Amino acid sequence: MSANYINITVEVWRQPGDKAQGRFETYSLQNISTHMSFLEMLDVLNEQLQKEGKEPVAFDHDCREGICGSCGMYINGRAHGPQELTTACQLHMRTFQDGEHIVVEPWRARAFPVLKDLVVDRGAFDRIQQAGGFVSIDTGSAPDANEIPIPKPISDYAFEAAACIGCGACVAACKNASAMLFVSAKVSHLALLPQGQVEKRERVKAMVAQMDAEGFGNCSNTGACEAECPKGISLSNIARMNREYLSAKLSQKQYDK
Amino acid sequence: MSVLDSKIPEGPRAEKWTRHKGNIKLVAPHNKRKLDILVVGTGLAGASAAASLAELGYNVKTFTFHDSPRRAHSIAAQGGINAAKNYRNDGDSVHRLFYDTIKGGDFRAREANVHRLAEVSGNIIDQCVAQGVPFAREYGGLLTTRSFGGTQVSRTLYARGQTGQQLLLGAYSALNKGIHSGQIKSYTKTELLDVVVIDGVCRGIVVRDLVTGKLESHFGHAVLLCTGGYGNAYYLSTNAKNSNVTAAWRAHKRGAFFANPSFVQVHPTCIPVSGDYQSKLTLMSESLRNDGRVWVPKTPGDKRHPNQIPEEERDYYLERIYPAFGNLVPRDVASRNAKYQCDEGKGVGESGLAVYLDFRDAIKHFGRPTIEARYGNLFDMYKKITDEDPYEVPMRIYPAVHYTMGGLWVDYNLMTTIPGLFALGEANFSDHGANRLGASALMQGLADGYFVIPYTIGEYLAGISFTKTPTDHPAFKTVETEANQRLERLLSIKGSLTVDEIHRRSGKILWDNCGITRNKADLAKALDEYRAMRELFWKEVNIQGSSQDLNQSLEKANRLADFLELGELMIQDALHREESCGCHLREEYMSPEGEAVRNDDAFCYAAAWEHKADGGWNLHKEHLKFENVKLVQRSYK
Repeated sequence: MSANYINITVEVWRQPGDKAQGRFETYSLQNISTHMSFLEMLDVLNEQLQKEGKEPVAFDHDCREGICGSCGMYINGRAHGPQELTTACQLHMRTFQDGEHIVVEPWRARAFPVLKDLVVDRGAFDRIQQAGGFVSIDTGSAPDANEIPIPKPISDYAFEAAACIGCGACVAACKNASAMLFVSAKVSHLALLPQGQVEKRERVKAMVAQMDAEGFGNCSNTGACEAECPKGISLSNIARMNREYLSAKLSQKQYDK
Repeated sequence: MSVLDSKIPEGPRAEKWTRHKGNIKLVAPHNKRKLDILVVGTGLAGASAAASLAELGYNVKTFTFHDSPRRAHSIAAQGGINAAKNYRNDGDSVHRLFYDTIKGGDFRAREANVHRLAEVSGNIIDQCVAQGVPFAREYGGLLTTRSFGGTQVSRTLYARGQTGQQLLLGAYSALNKGIHSGQIKSYTKTELLDVVVIDGVCRGIVVRDLVTGKLESHFGHAVLLCTGGYGNAYYLSTNAKNSNVTAAWRAHKRGAFFANPSFVQVHPTCIPVSGDYQSKLTLMSESLRNDGRVWVPKTPGDKRHPNQIPEEERDYYLERIYPAFGNLVPRDVASRNAKYQCDEGKGVGESGLAVYLDFRDAIKHFGRPTIEARYGNLFDMYKKITDEDPYEVPMRIYPAVHYTMGGLWVDYNLMTTIPGLFALGEANFSDHGANRLGASALMQGLADGYFVIPYTIGEYLAGISFTKTPTDHPAFKTVETEANQRLERLLSIKGSLTVDEIHRRSGKILWDNCGITRNKADLAKALDEYRAMRELFWKEVNIQGSSQDLNQSLEKANRLADFLELGELMIQDALHREESCGCHLREEYMSPEGEAVRNDDAFCYAAAWEHKADGGWNLHKEHLKFENVKLVQRSYK
């Protein structure tokens, strides 16, 4: 389909560093092709800013195919923008109208401090997974892959949980800045599979403890996370994690040292 | 006499790896604790190597410029991973995977390495499944496979169109296990600026904290570069935006030979360029060619809507020219045929630089639900990007730079020509020759990391002293100063062009002259144009901001500076190789049917380039020997 060209204004959060005061700045852009991705529009803005001798807007991005989870920003009040099941890099300018005013902000959550402009520190997600998001199997000790038959529906559920890209939209969309959707997807992926059974109690307890330590908020079941998740991670993962957590806690005496 | 010692073990091909493992020197457990290993890059190769080495007891540090190790570009691989499991009972074997890979690479890979790759391919799948990687399964609960370009067996395991993601999350979880146990220390948003070589031996690296801008030195008894390929030299490629050659290139400038730099794979099925603002190209998995049919209108300039072009006016050119493999010919063959069709004016879409990939017949045959289950996420992605529905209208595709077979020259132990410096995964040159088969990159990255380096690194480490060089040693300080000076020099130029403006132009020179097809006259012309572009960069680049904080333009400029040197070597290498092989198609060396014609008498070698102190390069040749493999002309007809 042939492209249209639109003129827009973008109001972007500018913050020189983690300790610095931030503010919004507004820029206008002419002749933006509707075939551009949102990040390509930001590229055009950055070229324009540099030509004016100004610092470009810092934003995280890498694969631009919606899979690496690097990009993440609030666009007109929604995580990753107005289109459902879409990361910012896969959002295209055809979603916007000529003359539209677009507000762009970084993820806002205490556990994701702003580093610069739209870049935030999501290191908390790594630390949660380091706390127990793995199967303790060393290289070389695995049995033949087909010695672990797994019913296809179970494998498919596990895949759907494992499809999380770790972008942080769930935290940003939540009024409590809760990381429950992310953590529950990670817990569910391994809790569903036979490979994950041996350590499932320790895993859920360690990951939840780390989640709490990082300063994420509590879950109040509003479901904003699921609505804004670009990969459609299901809220049912949270229910599963709660069950896993409860059962791990109840069997504490039996299994804990 | 060449200075290259490939250290290929003695004995018959199929026994080399087993014998080598039996003879390799071992490092005792209490001594492993005294050894530090630096792993740069945390994709499939880096994460798997770091995890496996930490399990053995080495002290490991990992470095990535991403904010998390899980974001490395391995994550974007779609289609699958090959393994000689023969789960399908369709005649697959280690030998067949070996042979397909060596033939697919047009007999320009080192056969001992390729055989080892095929031997460990099955272990990789076992390991990944044990970690919890959710591969696609049959209703009986066992693993399923699909077929991929260039082979006639079904040996590719996959996790929908997100195989790379799931494998990387598996390797990342293994890495996390090592971080949890304290055996690995992970540095994120930390980019390598240079390697430190003392008395000819690699002893560490200098990195930059991308948030604070601070430079820091790290000592390592061994350094592993797992830093991926250099496809972004072309600016437009399917690589992630931040993928770069800097680590490999800094190592090259410090003495590591760079092999076959012109061997670049152009992937046939990517979404075409839509405008000047294009920032990268998006791959559509090759698995689509299992069911999609590639065609162009028979009449040049036919601008009708594809659905209005009747069957008899369509040219399913791959099926016509290659009846045996049809749409499943290897990538190089598919790419150059798409180019030929467009050169004849039969290209489609606004730019005329695209061909159709049509699912109409597959949907008719299998029904839409089956096609949705196989490719749903790819179809969705295509629709998001192009605003066209591939269930209704054929996809438009065009080749794009995707993978670089060339890379740092390594011996059988994956060590570069600098002792102590290793290269794994796409960063090395060893396994794919002049063309990589689909679903083999994931296999190689994980083979190197899980099953090769944990053994072969012992050969080096068992022979060295445990002494550590302090990072205030003058050699570290000198490299830090040089790295800092380069950044400050870049910032001080204050010219009139942005980094991207120059990168687009330099990339286009490579694409036009050192892309799908090459010829002597164009390459010679490109060499001059490219050098001029490098001069322009150092005179006219304009970077805002400082080196003391997060500065993405400075990061890009520092990477482009290295691409602009590498690109010249790519052109030189393409110019010197007066034959066609795999992805390197020299127009002077083609059969009348347009197929690559090798010159095995003159060019059956890997070209390893040594950087000279005064600029320029010396060529070293690693002659390739094959045991009972007939170097046939590849034919997919």
